[in-house]
Amino acid sequence: MRQGMLRKTGDLNPMGRRLSASGLSAWRFLRRWPVFPILVLAVLIVAGVAAPWIAPNDPIDQSLPLRSARPFYQDDSPYMLGGDHVGRDVMSRVIHGARVSLAVMAVALSAGLVIGTALGLLAGYSGGVVDELITRAVDVWLGFPFLLLALVVAIVIGASFQVVMALMVLLAWSPFVRNVRADVLVLKESDYVALARISGASTTRILLRHILPGTVGTITVIASLSVGGLILAEATLSFLGAGIPSPTPSWGNMVAEGRDYLQSAWWTSTFPGVALFLTVMSLNFLGDWLRDRLDPRLRQLD
Amino acid sequence: MKRYLIRRFLFAILTLVVATMLVFGLSRAAGDPLLLYAKPGGYGMSPQRVEDLSRKLGLDKPLVVQYFVWLGRVLRGDFGETIVAETPVSRLIRERMAPTVQLAVAAFALAIVVGVPLGVLSAVRRGSLWDYLGRALALFGQGAPTFWVGIMAILLFAVILGWLPAGTAGPDDVPLWKWAKLQYLIMPAVALGWGPAAAFLRLTRSAMLEVLGSEYIKLARAKGANSTVIVWKHAFRNAILQPLTAAAITLAGFITGAVVIERIFAWPGIGQLTIEAVWNNDFPTLTSTVLLWTFVFVFMNFLADIAYGYLNPVIRYE
Repeated sequence: MRQGMLRKTGDLNPMGRRLSASGLSAWRFLRRWPVFPILVLAVLIVAGVAAPWIAPNDPIDQSLPLRSARPFYQDDSPYMLGGDHVGRDVMSRVIHGARVSLAVMAVALSAGLVIGTALGLLAGYSGGVVDELITRAVDVWLGFPFLLLALVVAIVIGASFQVVMALMVLLAWSPFVRNVRADVLVLKESDYVALARISGASTTRILLRHILPGTVGTITVIASLSVGGLILAEATLSFLGAGIPSPTPSWGNMVAEGRDYLQSAWWTSTFPGVALFLTVMSLNFLGDWLRDRLDPRLRQLD
Repeated sequence: MKRYLIRRFLFAILTLVVATMLVFGLSRAAGDPLLLYAKPGGYGMSPQRVEDLSRKLGLDKPLVVQYFVWLGRVLRGDFGETIVAETPVSRLIRERMAPTVQLAVAAFALAIVVGVPLGVLSAVRRGSLWDYLGRALALFGQGAPTFWVGIMAILLFAVILGWLPAGTAGPDDVPLWKWAKLQYLIMPAVALGWGPAAAFLRLTRSAMLEVLGSEYIKLARAKGANSTVIVWKHAFRNAILQPLTAAAITLAGFITGAVVIERIFAWPGIGQLTIEAVWNNDFPTLTSTVLLWTFVFVFMNFLADIAYGYLNPVIRYE
């Protein structure tokens, strides 16, 4: 019955009107494939990687006469998205800010993934005390309002790019452990693992060659579902002044700096926020889509 | 039920102990705590003051002893003195408590009042306009950063439309229910409640969908129970369990959100105090507020556990 209802809404656009044949196939295509999210992410990746070449201006060059220059080239402003309170180009800063989000994905997520997966494999496969210890550690870890702890760390060590990335790793690892562990518990009882053990395969080999491939789907889903939250966490930390230090542009600290100039320059807070919002939304969409494809078990009906 | 509660309680205590250890460890990792008092660009400290401070802070004892001394003080509500003003942190916290509680209660109530019924509606009328509306809200709430929503709200309602004040908690001498004071609460509460409302909506919706598809609901329908009874008496009571378990996940975001929102709206609460401590490098204040937040977090989680145990017959009659 649910299937039937889905098909019905699939054939209609949200207004409930029937569409023409070509419109229908286009609508179906958009529903089936995450076109929009992939587009946004492509832009993000290009912007992040090629920032120095495509940004129209230097992101930290200040300019007295261009303080709060208006966006969209009004009043002969040279800036597409306006200038901030010290005359820096908001557009160039937004483009450079994409690098921080990319770094969160490339560094923090992958490090968290490796650590979390390794611990998950270890906990699930060895069982006993090791399992208990790791599982409890994850529970305790999830029992903290992490961002506040991150504030303390940032103050103690001093906020810098490396510290922020390390903090994001600390935030990223825990969801992998639980889900990988659950997979391993099932996989290790399977016949082919038993056979591998009988034929004398070492524990390392069993884990890496026989069990790990079975958890790839779960790992992919968890990675894609958690990356949006990680980027948001970094932005929040930067917003609170404990993340990427100024003047390096990150979307979080840009929104924070614009807060005090809302009256005179609304664009300085708005545009980095839009970039952040689009990125996180796209990643969430992509995550949902991947989950439905790869691991419907993790699905919360929607 | 008893065993379950004891287990959850011990776990909460364990989490708190680890939290205090982490915070204490971090405070010592920061280097000699005395250096915090010697501000850069200051005049240095006389040997007499170094000795006094060491004794006052208990630095002349071994680390483990220091930890327990510190823990003992914290348990008695003595959080030390702020570095900036050298006033007791506990007094600051007491002063800032009420606004935070007001904000949090208002936002949380809003989240439940909006999120849960909309979630039920969205599930019962699946595929309807309500459903689309609900899902759009849920998606938006999931992706929109709290701090940005807050700032955009100020831009729209305070700067452009001029309907609501842009910040602070308003005059102190006016009671909360008067518009002159209440208008200050509206924007922060909505901005803070937004995310949790979306989360409650999503969770309630998926839980309701699952329950509504189950056999016993079909049976109730077949027996001709009216649909209000089915939805609220049979389905809702089971479905609400899942959002409750997940309340913990919402809560971490809620606490961070409270800090962020207080900063944006210059709301004179604990969150603002936390951020001021970050800016001033005021370590005692920061650790105290973070510990306080952690305690609230763990305590709320524990309450959610109790509620879950009580509502779930499998645990209640264990």
